Amino acid sequence: MAAPALRYNLLLRRNLLRDVAVAAEQMMLIPGRSSKQGTSLNAGKLKEEYQTVTSTIELNESAMRRLGLSVGDPVRLSCETGQVDVVCGKPRKDEDLPDGMVFIPYGPASSELMESDTAGSGMPMSKQMMVQVEPLAGS
Amino acid sequence: MTDKATSSSASETPNIRIVEDATCTFCGCVCDDMDLTVDLDAKRIIKAKNACVLGRAWFLQHGIEDHPAALIDGREASLDEAMDEAARILHDAKFPITYGLSDSPCEAQRVAVAINDLVRGNVDTTTSVCHGPSGIAFQGVGESTATLGEVRNRADLVIYWGGNPAESHPRHFTRYAVTPKGRYIPNGRKDRYVVLVDVRKTPSAPVANQFIQVKPGRDFELLWTLRALVRGRRVHADIEELTGVSREVVDELVERMKNCNYGVLFFGMGLTMTRGRHFNSGALLALATDLNRHTHFVAKPVRGHGNVTGADNVVSWQTGYPFGVNFHRGYPRFNPGEFTTVDLLARGDADAALMIATDPASNFPKRAIKHLKEIPLITLDAKPTYTSRQAKVAFMVATYGINTGGTVYRMDDVPITLRPAFESPFPTDEQILTGILERLKEFKAAERKKAA
Repeated sequence: MAAPALRYNLLLRRNLLRDVAVAAEQMMLIPGRSSKQGTSLNAGKLKEEYQTVTSTIELNESAMRRLGLSVGDPVRLSCETGQVDVVCGKPRKDEDLPDGMVFIPYGPASSELMESDTAGSGMPMSKQMMVQVEPLAGS
Repeated sequence: MTDKATSSSASETPNIRIVEDATCTFCGCVCDDMDLTVDLDAKRIIKAKNACVLGRAWFLQHGIEDHPAALIDGREASLDEAMDEAARILHDAKFPITYGLSDSPCEAQRVAVAINDLVRGNVDTTTSVCHGPSGIAFQGVGESTATLGEVRNRADLVIYWGGNPAESHPRHFTRYAVTPKGRYIPNGRKDRYVVLVDVRKTPSAPVANQFIQVKPGRDFELLWTLRALVRGRRVHADIEELTGVSREVVDELVERMKNCNYGVLFFGMGLTMTRGRHFNSGALLALATDLNRHTHFVAKPVRGHGNVTGADNVVSWQTGYPFGVNFHRGYPRFNPGEFTTVDLLARGDADAALMIATDPASNFPKRAIKHLKEIPLITLDAKPTYTSRQAKVAFMVATYGINTGGTVYRMDDVPITLRPAFESPFPTDEQILTGILERLKEFKAAERKKAA
């Protein structure tokens, strides 16, 4: 089976994705560093590996069950600032990633959802952003 | 540095060099005990002994890019043409900004400050979207600080707050703070108690003796509770509900902190990138200071990029301020929120940008990225990036620490010398910036002559 992001790209290319919401939940997005994000950016940010890593989210097992998501499924994250389509990664245990939280490695996808206001500090709110998590159904 | 062998036939006997005690500049740990095996014929590092998973990727993935050294409007140009064009852009701009610098050696950073001094520009570093809020907090409440060597030799209580070193700084545990044996920590890991405070259970949690899960956005409240209890004050009963941490856990942590011999609080982006920002960092720094009523306690931010600490130091030496510095009036002014790059771009203030070893087009808010696309952009980077792809003038430079020497600062403000592994056909960022500075000086001299 193709890697999740690759599978998603194939679906996109074949125009097999329809923007049909199966369900949607508001969750807190936590962008952060991951080992794979760190190693893949050394290969190059324009390379596929980095783009795959930074567009793959983590949810806990309960959230994935509720949203009917499996590994590799396409998901839309949106907020007032923007929206981005990503891929669902491997489930995290409920005790590791609290319910209502979604993790994504830092990158272009998380930036798309980041508000530019810094509250006079220079620092935009780069973590703990409230986003709508919406599974995108394939056909 | 030793040349282990020289080749007569590159294909059969590779021309191998061993570089001992080289420095990894991937993250702020700046580990300087790398033993690199370099294939000089292929111009790449084939082995990086002692490196962590991130360091190995850093060394093994930085060869020589198949890319022109300079592009103007996406077309190959000579270095002189590109430096001419870059200087013209900065000279003609009314509000030129410079950003990045945390993956450049100090020698290049000081030239970047000089350029901004000359063109009355704005110089900011990646600190502003990293520990910038901590920099603001330092000015407000001070910092009880130490070197990582001191932590290694003395700390028996280590608290990580809002960070995930297992994935962002893997050797922080093994080289500096958790497992190494020290002068007063003879049994290493066994003599230390390690606490991790975070909103989610990260891969760092198994390293800790205790994981404390705080509710998102409630770090300040938990830190202020700890401060109150350390100072002998009472706290309201609803603090458990507010922070998600039981009073029993809080009380136990307070006693542990007060009674350790030497404690350290390492803190990360979980404090600076969330609601509260510099108030969060300030609360943690103040907690460390409060604890010195009872024992010795220090606090250190865990810094990301290899020389982001050097950027803070160099910009501070040259201007008096660590980041977000504006020279428009002919003297340096510091004002985060006004002279920090996200704000300058999002408001549309900047009319030209010099981006040094950074990729804001992939990690800034999209309103800032949109403006960046609308102004003349100059980039210096060792690999093509989202930002360099949209540059008017793009320089491909040698990788610092792998192809160039120089000085970087570890996250604890200790300067470390770089030992290059092999030569690059690309210029260093210091050379490019110096070339631009010289051209700008010529512009200024011509203007003075014309005026006279």
